[in-house]
Amino acid sequence: MEKFLNSEGSQIVFNLINEINLNRGFLSEIDGAIGDGDHGINMDKGFSIAKNKITKEMSLSDSLDTLGNVLLFEIGGSIGPLYGTFFKSLSLASKNKYEIDKFVFLDMIKNAYEKVVEIGNAKVGDKTIIDTLEPAYYIFKKSVNNKNFKKSLELMIETAKKGMDSTRDLVAKVGRSARLGERSRGVLDAGAVSCYIILKSLGESIINSIDN
Amino acid sequence: MQRIINNPDLVVEDMLEGFLKANPHIIEKAGHSRVLKYKNAPIKGKVGIVTGGGSGHKPAFIGYIGKNMVDSVAVGEIFSSPTAKAFFEAFKVADGGMGVACLYGNYAGDNLNVKMAIEEVKNSGIEVRTVVANDDVPSAPKENKAKRRGVAGEVLMWKVGGAKAALGGNLDEVINISQKAIDNTRSIGIGVSPCTIPSVGKPNFKIEPGKMEIGIGHHGEPGIKIDNLRTADKMAEISVNTLLPDLPFNSGDEVVVLVSGLGATPVMELYIYFNEVAKLLFNKNLKIYKSHVGNYFTSLEMMGVTLSIMKLDDELKQLIDLECKTVGLTQF
Repeated sequence: MEKFLNSEGSQIVFNLINEINLNRGFLSEIDGAIGDGDHGINMDKGFSIAKNKITKEMSLSDSLDTLGNVLLFEIGGSIGPLYGTFFKSLSLASKNKYEIDKFVFLDMIKNAYEKVVEIGNAKVGDKTIIDTLEPAYYIFKKSVNNKNFKKSLELMIETAKKGMDSTRDLVAKVGRSARLGERSRGVLDAGAVSCYIILKSLGESIINSIDN
Repeated sequence: MQRIINNPDLVVEDMLEGFLKANPHIIEKAGHSRVLKYKNAPIKGKVGIVTGGGSGHKPAFIGYIGKNMVDSVAVGEIFSSPTAKAFFEAFKVADGGMGVACLYGNYAGDNLNVKMAIEEVKNSGIEVRTVVANDDVPSAPKENKAKRRGVAGEVLMWKVGGAKAALGGNLDEVINISQKAIDNTRSIGIGVSPCTIPSVGKPNFKIEPGKMEIGIGHHGEPGIKIDNLRTADKMAEISVNTLLPDLPFNSGDEVVVLVSGLGATPVMELYIYFNEVAKLLFNKNLKIYKSHVGNYFTSLEMMGVTLSIMKLDDELKQLIDLECKTVGLTQF
């Protein structure tokens, strides 16, 4: 059975922080097209603060909780509450698990998806994080029944990318860019992109952890 | 980028320190690095007035802290909502036992963080109610009024809500009159050059030389139309003709006019623009009861102007007339 120890999961969050750091400029640039160009900066600011609070010895759940708390309490914007809730929900659903297998991860991603929908009030097609997150969650949920953890994660990443790409042709309905109407069409949504970066990094790091 | 800053990532921190040092007679820290309060707050037996929003709009939001206006403010990063935690702390330091009116602008981030903070503060037994300003006419059509952004009309909402609370209004009354204030207010912005978030280092939108953007948002959200740059009289005409039919304002109405620069506009030009607005209003038989011309709600160093017009009734007039003393607005 493919699984890894929760107690050895902090590296997964460190990798995530690193990815956001690398994409700081890229995310801000995308955001600048129809937002105010600070998405990468705010994300990186929060993730960098979290980096200094997470230690190697922390479990995956504790690392995710720390990251979530920083985003929720210290970052603000829309991103703070949305991603803060996302990471805290991932953490909560794995907190008492000694090992993380595909079913635990399903609970995690399910909880994160549901909580983000609850506070964000967005639907697929609104040009938001949800366009990436919802199809990724559903494909993972479907896959775990007849595919292994690794394959399910690969499908999740692939589907998240398609979701992200779908935002290019959408007109924004929620968030600051919603005021642009038709003018928001033609560019990716920065939140959908950062959500893909996060799911991809999470997925790849977990695949690595399983292999080891 | 030609700016007067130190570390671009720390402009908010550096600004807050300067602001506190410059205004110790009005402002003090409030136990959270991103909350400032009126030095006399909380005022026992008075409804607390709280607002908050991203930075870069000086004198909004912290500049309206003071006597008979705002009690505390949650401060965000440049153009980015304050945290739920900051709103939460701002509610606590503003509460004088009569509840808190949180009067803020309609932006996704602010809506989320205020909502979370209200959930949190319920446990402390503090009642918080909100009015969400949506005075920016070009940001959505009238049938979608709830989606409109809040812009410079918020200043008039704080003036009215703050005055009502100061005169002893209870939470219901303060909320109702603040809602009426914003419902009676319409705003529109015109941008002629963009602005740059210091940590980004370059403008993230363009206004070509010789062009202007009608309906531009306070964070550079694109407007409804890009037009050739016109003279001040034409800009005023476009602005007034957009606002008047929307409420609508009718012949004989008494109004407050607030003209705010967006940061880089010479104040001289604000008066040139205001003069044209005043002529147009006169021709429509609207009576200007009070005017404010200056930098009341800016967008970093954007060049441009916003016009806000509020329709008065006797109750609003009384509250607009009450004295106040803040960094951004002082009235005797």
